[in-house]
Amino acid sequence: MASGKEIRTQISSIKSTQKITSAMEMVAASKMRKAQDRMAATRPYSEKIYGVIQHLAHARPEYKHPYLQDRIEATRVGYIVISSDRGLCGGLNNNLFKALLSDIKDKRNKGIEIDVCTIGQKASNFFSRLPVNLVAQKAQLGDAPKLQDLIGTVKVMLDAYTEGRIDSLYLVYNEFVNTMTQEQKVLRLIPVKPETPDELLKYPWDYIYEPDAKDVLDDLLVRYIESLVYQAVVENFACEQASRMIAMKNASDNAGNIIDDLQLVYNKARQAAITQEISEIVAGAAAV
Amino acid sequence: MAMTIHVDIVSAEQSIYSGTAEVVIASAEQGEIGVYPRHAPLLTRLKAGEVRLLKGGQEEQFYVSGGMLEIQPDVVTVLADTALRAADVDEAAAIQAKEAAEQALKDQTSKMDYAEAAAQLAEAVAQLRSIQRMRKGKKG
Repeated sequence: MASGKEIRTQISSIKSTQKITSAMEMVAASKMRKAQDRMAATRPYSEKIYGVIQHLAHARPEYKHPYLQDRIEATRVGYIVISSDRGLCGGLNNNLFKALLSDIKDKRNKGIEIDVCTIGQKASNFFSRLPVNLVAQKAQLGDAPKLQDLIGTVKVMLDAYTEGRIDSLYLVYNEFVNTMTQEQKVLRLIPVKPETPDELLKYPWDYIYEPDAKDVLDDLLVRYIESLVYQAVVENFACEQASRMIAMKNASDNAGNIIDDLQLVYNKARQAAITQEISEIVAGAAAV
Repeated sequence: MAMTIHVDIVSAEQSIYSGTAEVVIASAEQGEIGVYPRHAPLLTRLKAGEVRLLKGGQEEQFYVSGGMLEIQPDVVTVLADTALRAADVDEAAAIQAKEAAEQALKDQTSKMDYAEAAAQLAEAVAQLRSIQRMRKGKKG
């Protein structure tokens, strides 16, 4: 049995670990709340722009944008993968990568090649070690990601699509369902497939475009896709914080359990030492 | 009361304004545009400039660095850009992202070394532990 002093140092070291994990838990909780606010703040833009795109897709403009057209046969697809920059957030990133890898495997079996673009340090580390074609990456977006930081990465993929190097583009991220649940999502960005609300089909109409449909549509679709990616980044950040909060809460609870167990062992060891001492004294007294 | 039109000014990062106005004046790409209620559906790009809302003789101003303007008979939506956008600026950002990816691939070697070193360390620790256990066994 370990001596009393050894156990005491072990307990104190676990206690300081527990302090760190519970501090991380509280930090993650407050960051998560802020990230949720940010998620709510980004929603109006993407809802509005989606509404406009819906109109456009059914307004029969004289110009059909390539992002709105299906390509017959896909030989190469692109993925934009969003991960966290830092670890210690449970299985969040790994679950996402696993979901993506199974998707990639399916595509490979059909003879489709893969291009990957990563946002976030963890995805970059993971995919740079895999035999996939990593075409662009961005990391260290910080707590309040800016749309500006994403323009470049998104443009790389959009250019690849326009030039015909990829035939469709997917967005892979964690969806924030609630604090306890994050869902892995693989969303097709282009070709854009808007749903068809019935009222739009009943009364077909079209916008007046200034200067012309092509220019306006080009800009609008790029912004639409950027806003989707941005929203996914913000959402993924909220997921990261929620997941970290849960992971750290579990760690703190486990530390508490271990401390309780060790305390018991310590008390027993202490008691045994005392008993031994007394019996030695008694034996000594008896001998005299 | 005069007829009003609903106005939403939103950027990708936040909602800037949501309310009503009698007239919306914005600097579209081909010149300033004034929108009254019941305007025909129109879609255009905005230049960097102000969006002015007139309501009850009062004027509210918002500065946008560009974006899109969507007009429907009863709703005006300003999709404001958060950043100045220009083709060459976007291009530069794209090149940066590509270079970052190449850098990550180059760094791979050093990361592999790290992984290898970590594996060696784990092996050494395991050996050490078994030696210690053997010694303890001898003592006992």
